[in-house]
Amino acid sequence: MTDYLNALVVFANFVFVPALTYGCQLALGSLGVTMIYSVLRFSNFAQGETMAFGTVITIMITWLLQSWGVSLGFLPTALLALPIGILVTALLLLATDRYVYRYYRTKRSKSITFVMASLGVMFIMNGLVRLLLGPNDQNFADGERFFLTADAFRAWSGLDEVLVIRTSQALTIILAVILVVGLFWFLQRTKTGKAMRAYADNENLALLSGINPDRIVRITWIITAALATVAGVLYGLDKGYKPLSYYNLLLPIFAAVIVGGIGKPIGAIVGGFIIAFSEVIVTYAYKKVLTYVLPTDMAPDGLVQLLSTEYKFAVSFVILVIVLLVKPTGIFKGKVL
Amino acid sequence: MSQRPSNAPLHNNTIRASLAFLVMAGLLILIGVSQSWALALTILNLCIISAIMALGVNIQWGYAGLFNVGIMGFAALGGLAMIIVSMPPVKEAWQAGGVRVLLALIAMLITISAALFVHKLLQGKRLHGWLIALVILVGVVISRYVLDPGVAAIEAVNPASTGYLGGLGLPVVFAWIVGGLLAAGAAWLIGKIALGLRSDYLAIATLGISEILVAVMRNEDWLTRGVKNVTGLPRPVPYELELQQAPWFINLVERLNSGSLMGLNSTDQAAVLQTLVVDSASIFVKLCYTGLFALVLIIILQLCVLALDSPWGRMVRAIRDNEVAAGAMGKDVTGRHLQIFILGSAVVGIAGAMLATLDGQFTPGSYSPLRFTFLIWVMVIVGGSGNNLGAVLGGFLVWLIWVEAEPVGFWLMDALTSWMGDGSGLRKHLLDSAQYMRVIIMGAVLLLVMRFSPWGLLPEQNR
Repeated sequence: MTDYLNALVVFANFVFVPALTYGCQLALGSLGVTMIYSVLRFSNFAQGETMAFGTVITIMITWLLQSWGVSLGFLPTALLALPIGILVTALLLLATDRYVYRYYRTKRSKSITFVMASLGVMFIMNGLVRLLLGPNDQNFADGERFFLTADAFRAWSGLDEVLVIRTSQALTIILAVILVVGLFWFLQRTKTGKAMRAYADNENLALLSGINPDRIVRITWIITAALATVAGVLYGLDKGYKPLSYYNLLLPIFAAVIVGGIGKPIGAIVGGFIIAFSEVIVTYAYKKVLTYVLPTDMAPDGLVQLLSTEYKFAVSFVILVIVLLVKPTGIFKGKVL
Repeated sequence: MSQRPSNAPLHNNTIRASLAFLVMAGLLILIGVSQSWALALTILNLCIISAIMALGVNIQWGYAGLFNVGIMGFAALGGLAMIIVSMPPVKEAWQAGGVRVLLALIAMLITISAALFVHKLLQGKRLHGWLIALVILVGVVISRYVLDPGVAAIEAVNPASTGYLGGLGLPVVFAWIVGGLLAAGAAWLIGKIALGLRSDYLAIATLGISEILVAVMRNEDWLTRGVKNVTGLPRPVPYELELQQAPWFINLVERLNSGSLMGLNSTDQAAVLQTLVVDSASIFVKLCYTGLFALVLIIILQLCVLALDSPWGRMVRAIRDNEVAAGAMGKDVTGRHLQIFILGSAVVGIAGAMLATLDGQFTPGSYSPLRFTFLIWVMVIVGGSGNNLGAVLGGFLVWLIWVEAEPVGFWLMDALTSWMGDGSGLRKHLLDSAQYMRVIIMGAVLLLVMRFSPWGLLPEQNR
């Protein structure tokens, strides 16, 4: 019995909790893409770099606060810097809308033109991010490192294996829940949220009923900036800030959006968790779990890893391909792009 | 974008094109005179390769409005072809694990055909998807079971210098063709999946496949030596060292420089001749590359021009300008798109193989989306989408700017920050990051051209 419990704890520690955290980060990133898609009707390739930009600004403010001696006790100082990061990112996104996308919107260009413009924006942001903070990895997490320490867990359970929850992981899950609940409340209950849904549903009808499109678009960008910055900062707190890893998030994010059904906020969240759990489950080496579960003489020799971690792109990609082949609208019947 | 705005002015392209290419030649000569001729030729060679890649992307975007964000992957496939076709085979590695690799390949092929068979057999029935998944899972487990020991054996063979299977040892030109074929195969797969849905899906799918292809090349050491790189790829042109020994080459250099050698005494003459021979050998080799690459460029360009003028070209343009109308006329829109996507990717693959040839090595770590996807896009948009000559011009011009932007950017940053004094940390940071300025500038160029001159430097001609 203890063997099974130990196996379960190993699984929870190395698969469930990391996948849940990663899923929350992906879900927040994907929500931004889905919001932009439903209101502005294009796939925003700049989302990954937007997340990186928000993180960079937050890191810089964090360092400034740290140099003043400000801290948040056991929580990372980056939380204090987050609102300013969101503000600056929102200003940048509003500027890209004003100087890049608005022109194509008034001209009613094809959606592929928007996608291409977003690629240009992506590379400007890519350069900007490296210009501000350089190409190196940064670690900006401070405060208490663990939410649930190994000793505490061992004392409570008496098992050999331990379940450790880092502060960044707990924070990710709590913040994600707060943001998602807040977003859904905003979309369902407030007048602006309803106007936004109406605009996404039928642009002409919404215009007819006196909804101001510029305002809707502005609010969409601001929400996207907030979601992207929070997702990026949480990802950076969790795994350390690496400029390239934000570009690499682009494929899982798109896969999550399409799996869930593009333009559907609930789909983006579900999609994010599907991608995150598949990625972690497929690339985890099950040797330790199986050693506990199987009888001693059947214990595996190898790592029992389905796919090495270098190929985690392949997981998102395969899921994406299956969805495109079987059900291009995704789980929640979004729009077919 | 790909649609020419109805109020766009008609341009006389012949004069514009000749002028633009004259300016290009002038810039290269300027670099040759002010920096060095070897540098000018290096830039020219890469310009030609960029132009071929831009032609390939122009086939996709300019002819059909297909948005390919995975150019990097197709170029890397070309590089892979250089290894598997022209490197000499590693006999010990083949003996160690060659059979297992071949068996695993056969097992994979059987798996795919079995999955397709089950798909045909059970279409629309219950459990259809699950059975296919089961077949694939069993197939993957079997092929991994066969493959893994073989891979370990191959990678254990002299890992410092080989540790991979090597290639077929065929001439380099075959590798260029195979590079095109490999890229075409990958394009077929992606096109089958993502074409026919709307345009953004193709972009996302190509982004995914290119990341996976490059990841495979970085990690499958038995195939590409991974990050250990394959160096010393065979060359289609002579080596500098051989040239420096060859009597005919020394004679040629002596005759060409007889005027300047005349006035010197015999010892000086020998020394001067020696340095002249070394310099000319490197220039001669680069010129050989230039000739070869230019030949390929001219052939592909001519084929593109002929294709676009043919009935096929008219049909393709009709589809691009109005898919619904073309479909109503009985044209197979998705079929044509697939064809164009494959053709364009093949051209990119050929250029990728040529690039690996020029570098003389295959370095999977060097494939970045910035250099291989984004830059090519800037070339196509700046040059003039839909115009073959425009893509070539864009390839030349943008590559030249990209190469020269780094020193210029550094110089500019240096001048702008000189008032801060040498001790300033901010100045040091800004100087270090000057190289990122060119990324920002290229992004800005793309956006500005898209916005203010969407038909590029050499617009597509109305016919």
